Amino acid sequence: MSTERTTLERVEAGLARRRRKELLFKLTGMFATAIGVVFLGVFFTTLIVKGSSAFQQTFLKLDIELSEAVLAPDGELDVRYADFDGLVRTALRAQLPEATSRVDRRALYRLVSVGASYQLRDLVATNPELVGTTQTLWVPASSNVDMFIKGDIDAEADEALRPLSDQQISWIRSLDEAGRIDMRFNSALFSNGDSREPELAGIKGAVMGSFYMLLVTITLSFPIGVAAAIYLEEFAPKSRWSDLIEVNINNLAAVPSIVFGLLGLAVFINWMGLPRSAALVGGLVLTLLTLPVIIIASRAAIKAVPPSIREAALGLGASKMQVVFHHVLPLAMPGMLTGAIIGMSRALGESAPLLMIGMVAFIVDVPGGFTDPATALPVQIYLWADSPERAFTERTSAAIIVLLGFLLVMNFAAVILRKRMERKW
Amino acid sequence: MSIPTNPFVLSLLALVALQACGNSGTDSDITAKDTAESATSAPASASGGALAQSGRDYVYIVGSSTVYPFATVVAERFGRATQYKTPKVESTGSGGGLKLFCDGVGVDHPDVANSSRAIKQSEVDSCAENGVTEIVEVKIGYDGIVIANAIGSTAVDLSLADVFMALAKDVPGDVDGELIENPYKTWADVNPDLPATGIEVLGPPPTSGTRDAFVELAMEGGCKSVAWIAALKNTDKNRYKSVCHTIREDGAFVEAGENDNLIVQKLEANPDAFGIFGFSFLDQNMDKVKGALINGVAPTFEAIADGAYPVSRPLYFYAKKAHVGVIPGLREYLREFTSERAWGEEGYLSDRGLIPMPDEERAQVASAVSQLTPLSMATQ
Repeated sequence: MSTERTTLERVEAGLARRRRKELLFKLTGMFATAIGVVFLGVFFTTLIVKGSSAFQQTFLKLDIELSEAVLAPDGELDVRYADFDGLVRTALRAQLPEATSRVDRRALYRLVSVGASYQLRDLVATNPELVGTTQTLWVPASSNVDMFIKGDIDAEADEALRPLSDQQISWIRSLDEAGRIDMRFNSALFSNGDSREPELAGIKGAVMGSFYMLLVTITLSFPIGVAAAIYLEEFAPKSRWSDLIEVNINNLAAVPSIVFGLLGLAVFINWMGLPRSAALVGGLVLTLLTLPVIIIASRAAIKAVPPSIREAALGLGASKMQVVFHHVLPLAMPGMLTGAIIGMSRALGESAPLLMIGMVAFIVDVPGGFTDPATALPVQIYLWADSPERAFTERTSAAIIVLLGFLLVMNFAAVILRKRMERKW
Repeated sequence: MSIPTNPFVLSLLALVALQACGNSGTDSDITAKDTAESATSAPASASGGALAQSGRDYVYIVGSSTVYPFATVVAERFGRATQYKTPKVESTGSGGGLKLFCDGVGVDHPDVANSSRAIKQSEVDSCAENGVTEIVEVKIGYDGIVIANAIGSTAVDLSLADVFMALAKDVPGDVDGELIENPYKTWADVNPDLPATGIEVLGPPPTSGTRDAFVELAMEGGCKSVAWIAALKNTDKNRYKSVCHTIREDGAFVEAGENDNLIVQKLEANPDAFGIFGFSFLDQNMDKVKGALINGVAPTFEAIADGAYPVSRPLYFYAKKAHVGVIPGLREYLREFTSERAWGEEGYLSDRGLIPMPDEERAQVASAVSQLTPLSMATQ
């Protein structure tokens, strides 16, 4: 009796302390989670606040006379040499006739982007019949005008300290009052390659580069990874060798990605002679990088298939290969695909290994194939973040938002795949 | 065992995949054949004789991250204005770029190397060893290195000696020939005319060309003002270099990475800190940071152009003569870069912060480029 009471007493005596400990632990956990959520919130808010303005771009409305005398002085139109800059400038001068001196005119011309003449050239190249007419066009404004309209340049600041002069600001205001300045969707951001003019810079080149790279990566790493996983799980005899291989694969998954870049440089470029900066080489390097991830995920998925299924199939006379391909593989496939998608999203976010194989480069032309010079989305972000022009700051954030969007979609696909197709035993 | 087998298995599979999924153009056929050949033959044979089968229709540029913003603008304008493809510009750093450049002649090797310093004799030698003998040197203009702080902070006038005393690891003691570990904690300790704020300078890491130039021009410039150290240059060159070129490591100098935009942001947040970066970043952020006066001269476009501002350096690029006429567009790219509308007083490069050379020097370099006069190290 007495010992029973003492036990009860002991429990009761310690109860408050145990509850306190539990509460403390719970609070610590909540605090840790809260910190994580706060950081994530700060990250997303700054990104969206900084980057959302890049999806809008300032345009100027100009009445441009496509004069035959300027475009085709000797009667023949050659869009390569025609003076489209001159046409844009004439239109701008007609709009703001008070700029007469040479210095004033130079300041005036800086309001409009050099992209305006490219836009005009493309227009005339596709519609040569427009020569001789006057067209009202919305052309991109220069990045400084864009920054001013978006409020990133302070008109109150000392004139010497801002990129726009008082004169230029008064021109912008008079254009604005005349309804000739408008914010529109920045389609250049999605349809152009890289550019050093912020208002013309786009991520299409980088997105296509990433796309070609991931295509190479998935076509190589998924079959190789799954084949390796099946062999190691189902066929390989358990020996010291298979243990060694397993340890090495696990180690490879943790190797810093720059090491794969060095390997790629040595093997694919220096030894095999594949072209530098090509999406093909980038894809091969990312294959090396994602292979261990896919092998590990695929082995885990195969392990999760209950042995009773294999035994039942074997018992009914199936061969080892039939067991694998008719039963194990279909059941393990959702897990393997999830692993592949997670591997791909890691590959999409990599920039360090691409540094070594020449993909950190200024490439204007959008790549059209696996061997064209290409860059990738994270690299584009890195290059823009390092550009002196201020308008690249918001574009950097915009590119990060796009990259995060892709990653979100991929990871979401992985979650759905797991939820929908995975079977519980 | 498993690590070496992995890449080999992969490279074999890569070959198969290349032939299977390559697009139908002739380019990929050539690449696939190249690959097969180089895979079977010795590694050394991969480089030679590539010029004959010209497989590149764009100019390939590598090199300095300081020259990168200028080279890319020229490349883009060139690509848009002519029928040639836009050149590819890789940002590898000056040393890395020249190494790639000197690796050989042929379509696999770059045509142009940008550099924020002049080519070294050792690099010319290694070029010559690999058959790159005729190199055209093109000086494109100047870049100033500024020491800046936030716009709201006190403006300072630093002498090069102040900069050295504030940032060197060891500074001269009371007796000639004696070195003591840098004891200065505030700028006022260095020079009573300066504010009594703690020394905190954000600058580039040792891998950066900007760091090299800063150390050579600003630190060494201040270092030489101490008579006995200046005398060391003739007697003990190594000691002289280690005294003048070593930056303190006690936290007063913070390596801020290669990203100059980040330094500008940090200066805004911390009014007591100074940052070291290229003039083009000051030029683009005049409303956020201001450059300190060096020896009484403000870092302005004009002061750097006429040489009054002491911390400025020339920028270069190097072109392979053997590639001119072989790589389409290379000659035209050289012409575009050395045209008045690009590098002139009012050219588009000066809008980006490149400080042009005097008229006469520009004309001289431009004519040397048009005649493709190769560099001769002996005359330098």
